[in-house]
Amino acid sequence: MRALLPNSLKEAMAMITAEPSPPTPMAGATDLLVHWPVLGAARDRTYLDLSALRELRTIRWDNGRLTLGAMTTYWDVVRDDRIGKEFPLLVAAARQVGAIQIQARGTWAGNIANASPAADGVPVLMAYDATAELISPDGKTSEVALDRFYSGYKQMAMRKDQLITAIHLPRRAHSFGVFEKVGARRAQTITKVGVAAAHSDAGWRIVVNSVAPTIRRCRTLERFLDAGGSGKPAHRPDDLVPLLAPDISPIDDIRSTAAYRRTVLARLIYHHLRGRTPAIV
Amino acid sequence: MNNRPEPTNAIEIRFMLNGRETVARIDPAERLLDTLRYSLDMTGTKEGCAEGECGACTVLLDGVPVDSCLVPTYQVRGRDVRTVESLTPQELQPLLETGATQCGACTPGVAVTGCWLRRHPELLETHSVREVMAGNLCRCTGYDGIVEGVEAAMRGDGMKKKA
Repeated sequence: MRALLPNSLKEAMAMITAEPSPPTPMAGATDLLVHWPVLGAARDRTYLDLSALRELRTIRWDNGRLTLGAMTTYWDVVRDDRIGKEFPLLVAAARQVGAIQIQARGTWAGNIANASPAADGVPVLMAYDATAELISPDGKTSEVALDRFYSGYKQMAMRKDQLITAIHLPRRAHSFGVFEKVGARRAQTITKVGVAAAHSDAGWRIVVNSVAPTIRRCRTLERFLDAGGSGKPAHRPDDLVPLLAPDISPIDDIRSTAAYRRTVLARLIYHHLRGRTPAIV
Repeated sequence: MNNRPEPTNAIEIRFMLNGRETVARIDPAERLLDTLRYSLDMTGTKEGCAEGECGACTVLLDGVPVDSCLVPTYQVRGRDVRTVESLTPQELQPLLETGATQCGACTPGVAVTGCWLRRHPELLETHSVREVMAGNLCRCTGYDGIVEGVEAAMRGDGMKKKA
C-alpha cells in the first residue's frame, strides 16, 4: 500500500496526474478504515490523503450561498451556530451520523463520494438543493447538483481523477424542515430507513436514504405536495405508499426488510408532514 | 517492544503525543491505534471493535475525541494526539467513586471522552452527557455509573476531595 501525502490542492492534483491510475482519495477515513487493507492484494492500493489540505477546511457565506470546503467535518457544522440557525437539518443529521468520534472525522464531501445508499449527510444536503464542486487535473472546476449526481449504486457524475473541493448550498427561507433516521438504536447506527424533508419557495423536497440504490428525491410525492394534494389529500400513512412507490426500490438485507422500509417511510413522512400541508391531513 | 519488520515503504512522521514531540517510522497501512500500542508503547489505548463503533480506542486528535482504529497514522503528522496516559489520577477519581468501571475494556475510552467533556462544559448547553458519551459502549456496568461519574467530574466532586 502506498500513501500520497499532499500539502496543497495543487500538489494533490499533480499527484493524481502523475499516477498511472487515479489513487483513492481519503478525507476522514471513517468509511475506508472499516475495510482497511492490512493484508493481501488490497495492499497494492494507493491512497491520496487530503486531510492536510487546510485550504479545503473552510466555511464561507457569500453570494447567497453557504459553502462548505470539502474537508469540513460533521463536528465543524455541529459547533457552528450560524449553520444551526440557517441550515438546522445539517446539524440534525450531523448529530445522528455517528457519535462525536465519528462526527469529528467524517466529512460531508466524503459522505457524498462514498456514495452509500445509507448515507445520512447526503439527504439533508440534497433537501437543501446543494451542489458539489469538482476539480479536474487540468485545474478546471465544475458544479453538479446533488440530485443529479447519482445514477445507480455507487455510480456518480464524477470521474476518478476528479476531487470534490466544496459543497454549495443556496440560502433560502425555509418554512419547514425535518430529518429523521430509523436504526436499531439511537446512536452509532446505520440507517434502516431515513428521510429529510424541507419546504421553501422552491417547493417541497423529500429525500430518502436506505430505500434505493442511491440517496434520492421522491419527486412523485414532491409534486403531490406542491399541488396541495390536488383535492385528494392523504388521510393516513398508507395513502402515501403509492406516491412513494415510483421513486423507491427498498430491499431485504441484514438490517431490515423491504416491507418494513416501505411502511415506516410512509409513516415517518405522514407523522412529520400532517397538518403542515393541505396535502396531508 | 517493536519487533515488527521495517516496512519497505515506511513513512517518517512527526507529531505531538501527550505534549511531547514524537517521531515514528510507520508502515502506511498502520492505524494510529497500532502505532500507539506497538511502536510507541502506549498500551493504555485498547482495541475493541476495530470498526469505529465501541470507542474503546478513543484518543484526542487536535483536542477532539476520535476512534484511533479509524485513523491511518500518517494522518496525525504535524498534529496533536492525547491518549488516556495523559489523564491525571485526580481526573479519573470521579469515575472510580461512582462505579463507572467493571471489566475495564471500555474504561480508557470512557475516561478520555468523559474528561474531555469535563474540560468543555459549554457542550452541555446543546448536548446531554449521554449524547456526548454515545460513542463509548460499555457491556458491563450499564451507563448510569458512567454518566454519574462524568456529572460528578463536571461538578468537580472528585477533584475537590483530592485537592
